[in-house]
Amino acid sequence: MEAAKFLDAKGFACPMPVVRTKKAMDGMAQGEVLEIHTTDKGSIKDMAAWAASTGNELVKQTEEDGVYKFWIEKA
Amino acid sequence: MEEKQKTTIVLFSGDYDKAMAAYIIANGAAAYDHEVTIFHTFWGLNALRKDEPIKVQKNFMEKLFGWMMPRGADRMGLSRMNFGGLGTKMIKEIIKKHNAMPLPALIDLAKEQDIKLVACQMTVDLLGLKEEEIMEGVEFAGVAAYLGDAAEGRVNLFI
Repeated sequence: MEAAKFLDAKGFACPMPVVRTKKAMDGMAQGEVLEIHTTDKGSIKDMAAWAASTGNELVKQTEEDGVYKFWIEKA
Repeated sequence: MEEKQKTTIVLFSGDYDKAMAAYIIANGAAAYDHEVTIFHTFWGLNALRKDEPIKVQKNFMEKLFGWMMPRGADRMGLSRMNFGGLGTKMIKEIIKKHNAMPLPALIDLAKEQDIKLVACQMTVDLLGLKEEEIMEGVEFAGVAAYLGDAAEGRVNLFI
């Protein structure tokens, strides 16, 4: 998937993954996709909840070797 | 865009762990694009104290309170298993190991995210704290100002 921006939030614990995601999204244009990598298990649920309630769309979500990857499209 | 949602937290506790929970929720709410207010009262005010001693005019009781209360967030103790400060030291080590944020960093992050930090004027006076002892960027207000924000708040917590 084409991402306009990449955010490496590996190693960060709650609440940093969402805080960083919000900051990164603020600087993006509508329709652009942000790719985020985290290692915090809580972010599996957190990212989905954050996207749903801020109106942005979590397009895709995967896990590979303990790294959680998210693609969120800015609304 | 629709009007921003509000989150308000009353931080009454002066315990390191409870303040940490309050500040994590506050920072999370700011990332949710909420307007966030943390209203500090009683022992929670110690989280806003500057950590260096400040020369101010105080009477005997005020001085006594000043000495007995922790000077700043980093000196606050755990609500459980503090063991005279040993528990707090241990939890700080664990926080580091888990890459979580210690309380002072969470407070800095809150300021960076434009979270409104309010000190309850009445309890500031009761505990004998002076404005010079409170960190920069803190507003002083009363119950009405808090209720003004809380009445519009979707999330209101008392910690």
